Amino acid sequence: MDIAFIVETIVKIVVILLVFSALAGFGTYLERKVLAFMQRRLGPMHVGPFGLLQVAADGIKLFTKEDIIPQNVVKPIFKIAPVITAATAFMAAAAIPFWPEFTVFGYTVHPIVADINIGILYILGVMAIGLYGPLLGGMASANKFSLISAARSAAVFISYEVVSGLSLLAPLMMVGSLSLIDINNYQAGGIGSWIVWSQPVAFVLFWIAAFAETGRTPFHLIANDHEIIDGFGTEYSGMRWGLFFIGEYANMFFISFVIAIIFLGGYGDGTGLGVLGLLLKVAFFFFFFLWTRAAWPDVRPDQLMWLCWKVLMPLAVINVVITGFVMMF
Amino acid sequence: MHSEPLNDRNVSSNSTYYYVDIEEYPTQGWDKFKRVIKRTFKGELFVGLWVVLREMIKFDIHTVQYPKEKLPIGPRYRAVHKLLRLWESGYERCIGCGLCEKICISDCIRMDTKIDENSRKEVTEYSINLGRCIFCGYCAEVCPELAIVHGQRYENGSEQRAHFVIKDDMLTPLDLLTSGQQAEYPGFGSITPNESVKKTPLAY
Ligand code: SF4
Ligand code: SF4
Repeated sequence: MDIAFIVETIVKIVVILLVFSALAGFGTYLERKVLAFMQRRLGPMHVGPFGLLQVAADGIKLFTKEDIIPQNVVKPIFKIAPVITAATAFMAAAAIPFWPEFTVFGYTVHPIVADINIGILYILGVMAIGLYGPLLGGMASANKFSLISAARSAAVFISYEVVSGLSLLAPLMMVGSLSLIDINNYQAGGIGSWIVWSQPVAFVLFWIAAFAETGRTPFHLIANDHEIIDGFGTEYSGMRWGLFFIGEYANMFFISFVIAIIFLGGYGDGTGLGVLGLLLKVAFFFFFFLWTRAAWPDVRPDQLMWLCWKVLMPLAVINVVITGFVMMF
Repeated sequence: MHSEPLNDRNVSSNSTYYYVDIEEYPTQGWDKFKRVIKRTFKGELFVGLWVVLREMIKFDIHTVQYPKEKLPIGPRYRAVHKLLRLWESGYERCIGCGLCEKICISDCIRMDTKIDENSRKEVTEYSINLGRCIFCGYCAEVCPELAIVHGQRYENGSEQRAHFVIKDDMLTPLDLLTSGQQAEYPGFGSITPNESVKKTPLAY
């Protein structure tokens, strides 16, 4: 392992951390603005031009707030839980190719931290570990709302994880590789070769599972404000709560990248246009997360489990079987 | 619509009330599945998406950016009181009769009077404890001279409890009066400030 590789990796890690922490903050601003516009409001307006510095104000507030650890919590677990959520969200980013490779000063940069050959498996696995954040944090909080939230997160987790795994199986069978770069190159032939055309069912299923994965609105039941306060986050304050927050928003960006790369062709052939296309696709998926929050109600936990186990999972299995038959004959 | 049919709360053919059409709740698994399919492909979710997107595109924002913009309030809104002056002479309208002090149900008006050198009754102190005032409007109602009225200033935030309550704050300043900015309450007995308003000759 030579020095250049280590330096490059460290630089990439730092860049991803900085960019996506900032994006997570900016995502909260976008969310407030988009939700406000959809509800005929203006959203944040007073801090900075168009309220742009609201993120900075929130950051300062979160950082300087007193870190309260309630009396009856299980302290080590309570303290580590937010770190799990934030850390796993960023760890998942290691296998995502954010950009086609490019050359700087005669040195070829691969904008992916680790092009491991089981990329998508790794991403799904690490994102799944992220669910331990709400689960442990909720159970350690000595708060009934948090406990309900933890129970829900476990229930939701085993429901959607089956769907997201099975729905991805069919496109992976077609590509024959788990690496996101291979998946991307498989669709390099332009819009016509996007996997979404040959696997529309898998696309929709994975998209639905992504909502459960990130806990966004139709499936926002682990921290459903009007039922269980902030769920697992009820007892958290200051930057510990902020870490949950960053984890959630970073996750939204990463899952948007994953959907765009697997189903919508990613960055295509790697030209500038392809990169722009990837960013636009990611922006659309992120926008859609906010859009549904303004438009759709939440489902009940039992409805989500019912939906995942009795509707989505059979569909995913049928999809896999049909794909298999089509590929065999 | 006449309210008569609405008063009959019984559901019948000649009343306005009717049972809302509620679909049978499916009991069989197959029926439930059909309902899911129907709901899935009915497109209602997309209607919701379209509605919020339409509002976003129309950009018909209803926010009032409060400290910078304010909604208009009714002319008879009962906010912090004002003591008015006579248009023609600039004297204070209050004659010190004490009716407002008497009628105030929160007992929050305090005043002090004396006989001045012209043998007119002069109000030396007049204060309303706005911390107790319930803005009922009785004082303005009872005042025979339209001297105490309710103003339009509803922002009572202040560092000191004693703010806004002293006479000097409520009384129309003379320069505002001469520039014609004293708002007149448009009710019974109010005056229309023009040339016909003359100073009462007091020289007997
Ligand atoms: S508004 Fe009512 S409570 Fe307030 S000072 Fe006048 S009479 Fe008293
Ligand atoms: S009722 Fe009117 S005139 Fe009489 S003391 Fe009160 S403010 Fe003055």
